Amino acid sequence: MYVAHLSLVDFRSYPQVELPLDPGVTTFVGPNGQGKTNLVEAIGYLATLGSHRVAQDAPLVRVDAERAIVRASISATDQTARPSLVEVEITPGKANRARLNRSPVNRAREILGVVRTVLFAPEDLSLVKGDPGERRRYLDELLVARAPRYAGVRSDYERVLKQRNALLKSAGTAARSTRGSGGPDLQTLDIWDAHLARAGAELLAARLELVDAIRPLVAKAYQSVAGSEASPAPADARLDYKSSMGPDVTLTPDREHLADALTQAMSELRRDEIDRGVSLVGPHRDDLVLSLGPLPARGYASQGESWSLALALRLASFDLLRSLGSDPVLVLDDVFAELDTSRRERLAELVGTAEQVLVTAAVADDVPERLDGARIDVLGNDLRRVA
Amino acid sequence: MYEGVVQGLIDELGRLPGVGPKSAQRIAFHILAADPDDVHRLATALTEVKEKIRFCTVCGNVAEAEQCQICRDPRRDPAIVCVVEESKDVVAIERTREFRGRYHVLGGAISPIEGIGPDELRVKELMTRIADGTITELIIATDPNLEGEATATYLARLVQPMGLRVTRLASGLPVGGDLEYADEVTLGRAFEGRRQLDV
Ligand SMILES: Nc1ncnc2c1ncn2[C@@H]1O[C@H](COP(=O)(O)OP(=O)(O)O)[C@@H](O)[C@H]1O
Ligand SMILES: [Mg+2]
Ligand SMILES: [Zn+2]
Repeated sequence: MYVAHLSLVDFRSYPQVELPLDPGVTTFVGPNGQGKTNLVEAIGYLATLGSHRVAQDAPLVRVDAERAIVRASISATDQTARPSLVEVEITPGKANRARLNRSPVNRAREILGVVRTVLFAPEDLSLVKGDPGERRRYLDELLVARAPRYAGVRSDYERVLKQRNALLKSAGTAARSTRGSGGPDLQTLDIWDAHLARAGAELLAARLELVDAIRPLVAKAYQSVAGSEASPAPADARLDYKSSMGPDVTLTPDREHLADALTQAMSELRRDEIDRGVSLVGPHRDDLVLSLGPLPARGYASQGESWSLALALRLASFDLLRSLGSDPVLVLDDVFAELDTSRRERLAELVGTAEQVLVTAAVADDVPERLDGARIDVLGNDLRRVA
Repeated sequence: MYEGVVQGLIDELGRLPGVGPKSAQRIAFHILAADPDDVHRLATALTEVKEKIRFCTVCGNVAEAEQCQICRDPRRDPAIVCVVEESKDVVAIERTREFRGRYHVLGGAISPIEGIGPDELRVKELMTRIADGTITELIIATDPNLEGEATATYLARLVQPMGLRVTRLASGLPVGGDLEYADEVTLGRAFEGRRQLDV
């Protein structure tokens, strides 16, 4: 698929933009702070209903404006995707409103899957070096891009978790203040346990299936990115899903088994959970452990190895989504500046065949020649097609 | 900030559900500009509803007397009780004309985030009603969302030892939604296809 046209109203620095785009490579060039990332961030928002840079929506709306609108028409050169027009209206603090082919949809998340992107950004290094939350987000976003119904599963899980945490917190407070007399309000905790186990098992099973699917893709991509004449045999990149239930639980994507295991783990931890007022097991506490050869990547891998691994994770996303029938839009936001020449070349080689590649760079020379294509200079709100 | 009384009105309006600060301001200025008779009618309606309307001592539905119309109607079957979250759900179910039993209005659903547990709902009153043995079936028609489901499971577990039939509205209701937004046909069908709740 490719984005044939992008329109923005009051998104980030842009009061209004109409930007026609072609399949193939388009590079946005301009000094820092001119609004290059803002453009690709908008496309990413249509794909994930979130930004790769901020957790909240408020910074996405232009200062002084009340709401932002992002609209794109999507096409496919080979008719694998039906041409569609998607639009989302972002009002901080309120539910987003979305339209698909001009008709309003009930919930914004119904547009997920219409635009699929794989975005490479300088922040990706934290996939390897950062907290488990970064890797959980990686998995969940890919899960939703692959099968949009998981957006609902994910939000159901988050809702159950919030309710259960609220109950644990108040139960903990009650337990401390009554000192045995009466005791905490636990009559409904079993019910939230059951809901958490069901929703958690669903999310966990989907993640396990996903990890199985990308494991070989990541390993292969890592070899392609990291292999060079200087080091002909890079270590093997490995993925292992680490559950908060501990190493004794067999991790097979069997929902019933996982729900039972979660229930069991919660009953064992009940005391601790009440003391601390939070849910201690479930997919929200899990991690995806990345290793290179015998060593975990986090804390051991060099800067260059970490970058190769981060790129491999994104490339694996691309391969996986591509295998569904239509290429996702590939976005390379300011990544070439982060990479050495050999990694630049390899990355360019691997992504060059994508149906649409959108690149941003402060310096045009950082972009490998093989990614030649259209060029748009970005200077503030002025977008100028140069080639 | 506006002068005392105007700001007071905006603040009061802003406390209503679904009314944000901007809407509160708009409504306040609409009232300021409106015909005095219109405003008086609104004010009277507000005070009257508070003076005349109370909650049915049996089922918790809104009532103009000690008991609501449904509880006073001898043609309604006292053996089947439909448990709902709010009075507005009673109205939605009545529209379907499918149900000839009585109701029990809980006053919400279990939601720890909002500090609502069983004690904040009319659960004790329901247990008292069940205790005298008239009720043989409880239809739990809480909203088809997480909090509604949790409330349904809680009630089912609670009344299970008392030996009555506990059913839940059939699926087909839009999940995640409010009962009151379901159309009459869907809601009617959900009643016919109600199923026994597992606990
Ligand atoms: N909500 C907003 N309202 C107005 N300007 C914004 C907003 N968010 C970001 N900006 C501006 O956008 C610029 C950053 O744009 P960005 O696309 O990140 O730059 P780059 O070209 O370096 O990728 C900054 O100058 C910032 O002030
Ligand atoms: Mg940038
Ligand atoms: Zn009544």
